[in-house]
Amino acid sequence: MTVLDCLGQRCPLPVIALARRIPEVEVGAVVRVLADDPAAANDIPAWCRLRGQEYLGATTVDGSPAFDVRRAR
Amino acid sequence: MQAFFDAASGAPPHPVARQALLAALDDGWADPGKLYTQARRARQLLDAARAATAEILRVRPDELAFTPSGTAAARLAVEGTRRGRQRAGSTLVHSAIEHSAVLYEAGDDAVSVPVDRLGRLDLDAWRAAVSRGGVALAALISASHEVGTLQPVAEAAEACAAHGVPLYVDAAQSVGRVPVPDGWSLLTASARKWGGPAGVGLLVVRKGTRWLSPYPENDGRDTGRDLPAIVAAAAALRAVAAERDAEAARLAPLVDRIRAVVAATVPDVEVVGDPVGRLPHLVTFSCLYVDGEALLHALDRHGFAVSSGSSCTSATLRPSHVLEAMGVLSHGNVRVSLHRQTTEAEVDRFLAELPGIVADLRAEAGVVGL
Repeated sequence: MTVLDCLGQRCPLPVIALARRIPEVEVGAVVRVLADDPAAANDIPAWCRLRGQEYLGATTVDGSPAFDVRRAR
Repeated sequence: MQAFFDAASGAPPHPVARQALLAALDDGWADPGKLYTQARRARQLLDAARAATAEILRVRPDELAFTPSGTAAARLAVEGTRRGRQRAGSTLVHSAIEHSAVLYEAGDDAVSVPVDRLGRLDLDAWRAAVSRGGVALAALISASHEVGTLQPVAEAAEACAAHGVPLYVDAAQSVGRVPVPDGWSLLTASARKWGGPAGVGLLVVRKGTRWLSPYPENDGRDTGRDLPAIVAAAAALRAVAAERDAEAARLAPLVDRIRAVVAATVPDVEVVGDPVGRLPHLVTFSCLYVDGEALLHALDRHGFAVSSGSSCTSATLRPSHVLEAMGVLSHGNVRVSLHRQTTEAEVDRFLAELPGIVADLRAEAGVVGL
């Protein structure tokens, strides 16, 4: 799984990092975004909806929020 | 010239408000509670302002109080009803998109009812929430101050009535703009939203509502009275009420134009809120990959004053709870809210310049084509 460390970055930077990486992974692969900006929890699922990608949900990695996205197309 | 598109925060003063304020500064400075000539004159002005405001709101004058702000009115509505209904319960049921002043006052003993993607209340969840026991009060904003979606106040009021729960309606964005449905027990508003002075709020408590002032020493409702400002607020409300329907009919098509043109000319934009069941003067959209603060500053440099729900533009660095509740993009967010001085030419200039402004910001950030 690809992990993007966006800790300390303000929105929209984590969403931009995700949008850059998604085309580089295989369809079906999962990208995990580590992001502690409070807007990430809202904007990553919203980006997935707008872009037709699959939002898998939020989790916690070493105490930091993490968001998993599967490339759907 | 600067185009002011943030009437939802505070509209430019109505010319009538200015005239009334200046007159009342000369004529209404005395304490209306005293017994001499100047005080009687002040009392007459206060009574006339209250009567005029009550008539527009279609309530009795003794149900209406003036407060130091819309926020103060909201806090009085919630706190006073909780005090008055201690025996019934203490829980506040509220929509997820209430004004932050209501959410703050709600505290922990509260049930938040979700909204859909357009920002409209989930009525089934609302009915379930008000039917469980121990509810002191239910709070529903008449229309979202951030995205403009009208709320189903009449249906929400029916559900409250069926369970004996008073409904509090925060009508700050509706008074002077659109009719507010009946059926509520408490209502608040803010004069600066309709072109009155900043320091005047309204609290209406209908007869029969169990409400106990948090400030029992003076019955607490007419708190911090600034009489000249109240007179100006009432004069402005009378003026905007008279032109309300004509202004709504003029501004609603401008908002429609913004909704359609922004969606068509700015790539990767999400125009949010209900396209039909909405306030006539307010529209919100979010631009993918754009920093909200940078967008606000760029628009300001081009002569457009707008507001934003993006986290980077807020003191708390949290995104708007309204956009979160709707599940729509919160970054790159812009709220445009129009008023009686807004011209079609200003809107067209905004629509002509916005695509280039967003494109420049995206080019600077290196996100074109993402």
